[in-house]
Formats: sequence, C-alpha cells, structure tokens
Amino acid sequence: MYAQMVKSTGERPKTLDEMTPEERAFQQRVDADIKIEPKEWMPEGYRKTLVRQISQHAHSEIVGQLPEGNWITRAPTLDRKAILIAKVQDEAGHGLYLYCAAETLGVSRDEMTEQLLSGKAKYSSIFNYPTLTWADIGAIGWLVDGAAIMNQVQLQKCSYGPYSRAMIRICKEESFHQRQGYDIMMKLCAGTAEQKEMAQDALNRWWQPSLMMFGPSDKDSVHSAQSMAWKIKPMSNDELRQKFVDQTVPQAEYLGLKIPDPDLKWNEGKKGYDFGEIDWNEFYEVLRGNGPCNKERLDARRKAWDDGAWFRDGLMAHAQKAKARRLAAE
Amino acid sequence: MTTAVKTDLAIFELALRMGDNALILAQRVGAWCGHAPVLEEDIALANVALDLIGQTKMWLSLAGEIEGRGRTADDLAFLRDARAYRNVLLAEQPNGDFAHTLMRQFLFDAWHHPMLLALKSSCEKRVAYIAGKADKVVRYHLERSEDLVIRLGDGSEESRERMQAALDALYPFAGELCAADAIDSELAERRIAPDLSGIGESYIAYLKRTLGEATLNAPWDAATRKGGKNGMHTEELGYILAEMQWLQRAYPGAKW
Ligand SMILES: [Fe+2]
Ligand SMILES: [Fe+2]
Repeated sequence: MYAQMVKSTGERPKTLDEMTPEERAFQQRVDADIKIEPKEWMPEGYRKTLVRQISQHAHSEIVGQLPEGNWITRAPTLDRKAILIAKVQDEAGHGLYLYCAAETLGVSRDEMTEQLLSGKAKYSSIFNYPTLTWADIGAIGWLVDGAAIMNQVQLQKCSYGPYSRAMIRICKEESFHQRQGYDIMMKLCAGTAEQKEMAQDALNRWWQPSLMMFGPSDKDSVHSAQSMAWKIKPMSNDELRQKFVDQTVPQAEYLGLKIPDPDLKWNEGKKGYDFGEIDWNEFYEVLRGNGPCNKERLDARRKAWDDGAWFRDGLMAHAQKAKARRLAAE
Repeated sequence: MTTAVKTDLAIFELALRMGDNALILAQRVGAWCGHAPVLEEDIALANVALDLIGQTKMWLSLAGEIEGRGRTADDLAFLRDARAYRNVLLAEQPNGDFAHTLMRQFLFDAWHHPMLLALKSSCEKRVAYIAGKADKVVRYHLERSEDLVIRLGDGSEESRERMQAALDALYPFAGELCAADAIDSELAERRIAPDLSGIGESYIAYLKRTLGEATLNAPWDAATRKGGKNGMHTEELGYILAEMQWLQRAYPGAKW
C-alpha cells in the first residue's frame, strides 16, 4: 500500500524449533501481542524489514503532497482551499512522524532522503498519476485516503511500538481526509452535468491505481509470510483489497457513479464483491519508474532538496556562530 | 424603482485591503506545499497560508456585508478582476527563491501585526472583532519570520547574500504598507483604523533593529513602489487571479 512491495528476508518464517533462544523469546513476545520497543533485542531481518516498510511509507506521505498540492492554487472556493492545504499539511506531518519512527531503528532522516532522491527507495505507485481536474482531488481523498485508512488501521496493531503509535495518531487524521474527498465528490455529483462527468472520469482513472495500492496479489507476494509472522503487517494484500472494494462499491452507488469494472459483481457466497483482474503489468511498470509522473515527482523532490541546500546550510552556520559566541563570552 | 444601497465606502475599502492582502499572500505561500527546503518548512508555510485564508474569509465576508449587495467572500475572491483588487504590491510579488518568500513574509508580518493590534481598538466593532481573532496567530508569524531572517542573514555567506538580494528587491514595496491615502486618513479620523504614519515610524524603527541584527542593510532611500491599494497592480496579479479563479470562471454558477 503506502509500502506496497516491502522486501522481507525472502525466506519462509522459521519454526520455533529452528530459532535461537533469543529469536524464540522475541517471537513469543510478538505472538503474545507485546509491543517491541527500540532498545530491545530484535532479529536483524525484523529491523531491516521495518526500516524498509516505514521509510517507504514516509516517502509516500512526502511525495503524496505533490499531486494534491498541485491544486492548492486552483481550489474553487476559500473553504476548499483551506481544507486542501490542511490536508496536504497533515501528509507532511505524517511523513515527519514516520521518519521519526524509522529513526528509532538506527537510520537517519538524511539517509532516507538520500535513498528517495537517488531512486533507491520506493514510494507508493499511486502518487505517480497526474491530477488533471478538480474531481481528482475528490477521488484521491475518497479512494486513496480510503485505501490508506484500510491499511493503516491494521498497522495500528503492528508489533513495533513506535510504528504502531504513529499509525494511531495518523488514523485520526485520515478519516477527515477521506470525508473531505467524498464531500467533494458529492458536490460534483449533485452539480451540473459537466461536474458529474468530471467525477465519473476521475473515478475511471483512479479506480485501478487505488486497488494497486495494496500491492501484488498474495500468490505473487513472496515477502508477506515473514512480515505477517512478525506482525509487521497483520493482514494480507488481498484481504485488504477485498475489504476496500466491499466498502467502496456502495459509496460509488450512493454517488450515482459507476465503478469501471465490467466483472464487478456481488458474490452472495463470500458476502463480498468479485472484481476483475488488475493490470499488473501497469503496476510493475509504475514501480519500475515508468508511470505517468514518476519523473516529475522525483524531479520536484530533488529540486526542493537542492534548492533548499543554502537554507539548511545557512541555519547550520548560524547555529555554529551562535555557539562560538556563547563560548567566547564564557 | 431601485433602492440605492448605501455602502460605507471607507470601511468597505479597509476590509478589502486587509482581506486581499491575506488572500494574495496565502495564494503565493500555499504554492510552496511540497517544495520547501525541509519538511518542517512545508508544514510551517502551510500553517501561515491556512491562517491567512481564515482571515481572508472574515475580512471579505465583512466587505460583502458592508457593501450590502449580497456578495459573499467567495464572490469577492473569485469573481473580481485585478483592478478591483486592493492588496499591496508586496503581497503579489513572486515566490522567487526561499529567501524572497521569507523576506516578503517578514516585511509583511512586521506591518501586519502592529496594524492588527491597533485595529483591535477600532470603533467599528466588526473590524475590532476580526483583528482580535487574527492578531495572536500573526504575532506567531512575525516571530517566526524575524527569527529566520536573523538566522539566515547572520548565517553562511550564501544565505546572507540571498537574504540581502531579497531585501534589495522587496524593500521598495514595503513603503506602501504605511503610506496613507485619503481613505486611510478618513478611517483614522473616524477612529476606525490607526494613523498609518504612526505605524510607519515604529515599523521602520523595528526593521532597522532587526535587520541590523541580521547583518542586512535595506536600501532605505529607494523610491516606494505602490498602487495596489487603489487597484494599480504589477503584472503579477493577473496571473495569480487567472490561476486562482479559473474553475469559477470556467464553470459559471457551479457549486463546489
Ligand atoms: Fe497520510
Ligand atoms: Fe491522508
């Protein structure tokens, strides 16, 4: 999702018998739902997997400012403008909490930033799609934040204390994000024919990319089993995706919009919707850097970082001067 | 038969000037979201933009109320053309590098805060009410701007150069904030707004002190560039409005 393709150890989880005493004690704590805290012993694979997952998640929040930030200057009313700024600001705040959570695992924010800007670290594929109309801002809040909530609610139960606590804080804000997005869609759908068309067009473009947010299907997801055993990621990609579809279809119906999937159909047996195969080719292409906006998103982040170097250096230089003056005065 | 609506023009202008300053500056500052030098600055600038939009809503609603022709804050923001906008030229100056953005904010905040403090004792209750709602957050804006201007002025060689260049470019626009015209004089006489020359004196004294601490030097004798308060803008404003008003103009009457 925000961390769609987190490499874990690449191996199947060890059984309790195969573990060293330390590993066994650790696993037993995880199994008993006792949170793991930064200073405790943890398997190196656990630490590395978490760093990847949390930093991918953080990068997604940061890059996620861009597609929506793109509409701040064009929001159609003063209220919409204020709500959108507040929302984008929340996402920056989420990035901040998450970088802090990752730092407890011994990696610095600068290192993580470097990995994002060099293209080494990933962020969610969803932010590589363009926001073309105002309805896209509605669709993102409704679908993208909706999917984010679905994922983050289960991550509140993550075994790693700082990550779990960051998720609890973040989830409180996410429901406001989804509501404002859905509210934009409601206004559009109750509006003129042109507005309704704008809303349908946005749903058509954002539906599949939103489903892709949950990551590859379980059968192709080699790294899930270990993450689930460690309770880094309590629910599987497909379980979450199914939950999301089941929640979202009635919301689309309420808006009077049509989900762009001819195979979508209620399945009484599983008490959920069947839906069409996702275009996994597109998904992997976007992850590989070939999505519609990958280049623009990274370029924007690099430019912000490079153009801001003098600012960061200037503040540092001042701090050093101030310190030297204090010492001289003593 | 038409009933003539009697608008108190001076108060109407005051509300537009205060509201348009806040709106146009928020529009500029808001464009930084996601592009600032550090994450903390993304968050801080978003805060400033949010506060200013909140104030815009109050001032422009008041303007609409005083005008008495049923125009809402949104009508005034999104359906007025450049000649009817009343913000100072400083507010519409481009973001430039981050130094320009910070310097523009500093020069504005340093006037905005004492102005609001004075407006709190306006004999027009609605003006005093809005000023009372706004002055605390603007004080925080000023503290932040001042702190950054000092640290970056007295920072590295490059940060000093950039801040000085921004000051050279923007200082000529600062004078308009405190330059009184006939409307300001009327407002002062009626005790609705303060005497701007008084605000101006302490403004300059404050700038001298703070910029001195920042090791920066303003072109104190530069000619003042003004006109925005009377609708004579720079060419920048047209583009700001084209972007900001686009949806409302493209889909007339639509609700968002
Ligand atoms: Fe978020
Ligand atoms: Fe969000």
